Amino acid sequence: MSAKSASRNPLSILKSHLHAACAATALLLGGGSVAQGADLNALIWCDHSDPALLQPFEEANNVKVNVKEFEGTGAGLAIVEQSQPGDWDVMVIDSIDVPRGVEKGLFEPLPDDKLPLADMFPQVKMDGSTVVGGKRYGITEKFGYNTIGYNKNKVDPADMQSMAALTSDKYKGKVAIYDYYLPVIGMAALAIGKKTAELTEADLPALKDELLKMKANAKLVGEVTASQTALATGEVDILVGGGEWVTAGLAKENPALDFSIPKEGAVLWSQSLAMFKDSKNKDMALKFIQYIMSPEGQARLATSSCYWGMPANTKAALTDDQKKILRFDEQPGFLARAQAYPAPNADLDKKMQDMWTEMLQAK
Amino acid sequence: MNSVGNIGRALPRAGRALPWALVTPALGWTLLFFVLPFTAMGLSSLTAHDGGGFTASNYSEFFTNPSYWQAMVNSLEVTAIVTVVSVLLAYPFAWILAEQVPERWQRLALMLAVLPFWTSYVVRSYSWLLVLAQNGVINRALTGIGVVAEPLQLANTRFATVTGFVHFFVMLLTLTIFANLKQLSPSYRKAAADLGAGPVRTFLHVVLPLTLPGIMVGAFLTFVLCIGDYITPQILGGNNELLMPQLVMMQIGRRGDFPLASALSIILMAVVTIAYLACARWLKIERA
Repeated sequence: MSAKSASRNPLSILKSHLHAACAATALLLGGGSVAQGADLNALIWCDHSDPALLQPFEEANNVKVNVKEFEGTGAGLAIVEQSQPGDWDVMVIDSIDVPRGVEKGLFEPLPDDKLPLADMFPQVKMDGSTVVGGKRYGITEKFGYNTIGYNKNKVDPADMQSMAALTSDKYKGKVAIYDYYLPVIGMAALAIGKKTAELTEADLPALKDELLKMKANAKLVGEVTASQTALATGEVDILVGGGEWVTAGLAKENPALDFSIPKEGAVLWSQSLAMFKDSKNKDMALKFIQYIMSPEGQARLATSSCYWGMPANTKAALTDDQKKILRFDEQPGFLARAQAYPAPNADLDKKMQDMWTEMLQAK
Repeated sequence: MNSVGNIGRALPRAGRALPWALVTPALGWTLLFFVLPFTAMGLSSLTAHDGGGFTASNYSEFFTNPSYWQAMVNSLEVTAIVTVVSVLLAYPFAWILAEQVPERWQRLALMLAVLPFWTSYVVRSYSWLLVLAQNGVINRALTGIGVVAEPLQLANTRFATVTGFVHFFVMLLTLTIFANLKQLSPSYRKAAADLGAGPVRTFLHVVLPLTLPGIMVGAFLTFVLCIGDYITPQILGGNNELLMPQLVMMQIGRRGDFPLASALSIILMAVVTIAYLACARWLKIERA
């Protein structure tokens, strides 16, 4: 819809021409790095860049997987918009954001019958997001929880069974907050007894109060690496928004790190794989998706060097130790208590981000 | 005869074309990598995030949203502190290198002074995080010798951000001030001494004014690089306050709001331009 209105706006025409010129220049200058047609070109999150994940697929299919990492759906979609159609074959995307790609006409429907949907944890299929207009455009590959990560040697694990601990004086200055507004706002919603899927603008004042209480107790608000470092070095003892994605990868070095699903629940995060409609290598793209969703691929993805997470496939070929670290057998109980990742519309999303900005600026 | 005449006429033309030929690569470079992207960014800043038509709302949002305005205030405060502290530390350091270290050791001393430049900026920032952490070197030393009973909160604060910046920019300023000091003819100081000025008066009235251009160049570079830096406050500041580059990045991450990010970037650039104009005018007066 926005493309049509843009096509009639002179400012947008000039802007799009300039963008095209900039993109053409970038392609011209970076020609050596532009992926070749026979390769598989993947827009990914850092967990997919692990050679232990990619090499078996490359060797089995005699193909080179060219990867480009990005952070945030907005940044990923901007890369696609500034590329030529067909430059990219597959993309990793937040499951809740699959419809954004579909709305832009980017994705190709995936064949249900060629994917191991029956082997997946039913709660993480996320059909509400990954299926649009009756067609599947994404498949959940990995999931986990934004919940309470903590050092069990430093805090009372019983306290970690309630969100109230996050704002209590007992842990003042011992808390870090994961710097991503949607999941932490989801946790604030759980703390005040709201369902994450039903948040509206009217809930924002109460959510803001809760966020400000969390901030008052927190030593820092950090992105992935800063949060992990703070927890691992003992700078903080609790990470709001943490979960297996923080603690599992550090389990060998620091077995005291753990996570809880408090009585109020936790926020379920999930990432999906999607195939581009303009891919020139759709067969190989589907093979890649099938590999990632296979028991072997799932195990390698779940234990990627960048961050660990639960495999969406229940048959993932994890070792017993890996399952123990990921608390694989406890998943049915966790999933039953987890709530959906907040998926606000564009207007509410903007208001939530502004509320987050206000929280960060609060002294 | 004709061919000689043609050559004669061609030479002035070639002479006129030569300067253009020489500056064309620079002009092309500026056009491709500054004018074109800047124009695209300017146009982007005037469009709505949902792809609508012309709007100034991205700019008005900055002036009406206190959190956004606060980010600019924070950026200016941090940049001012970093610039002043860096100059105060770098000047004596550069002076010692230029005046007190024997000539034959100066090259080695300068290399050692800028050695931290050789390490990755990100790695250096994370190293500072570990140094300033609760269990870091500084807190262990302070608690070990009994100066403080409890570890101080040094990491994830504005102090940590300023420390990380100052560590980097002292090196930069040392280089510019050192170069300025080395260019200063010893005869100025001898003349001042002949006229009865002591070392302090000579420094205040002769050396310092003559090295001000070097200080200003370094200070301006510090200002520009510091106010636009994302990495240091992100790693060391603990997001306990937002600076402008972090605010810009926040618009891009999930929402992909490039129009608002562009508007904020242009506002930041306007501040840098004002700083440049202030410095340029000041330097001109000094030279006059």
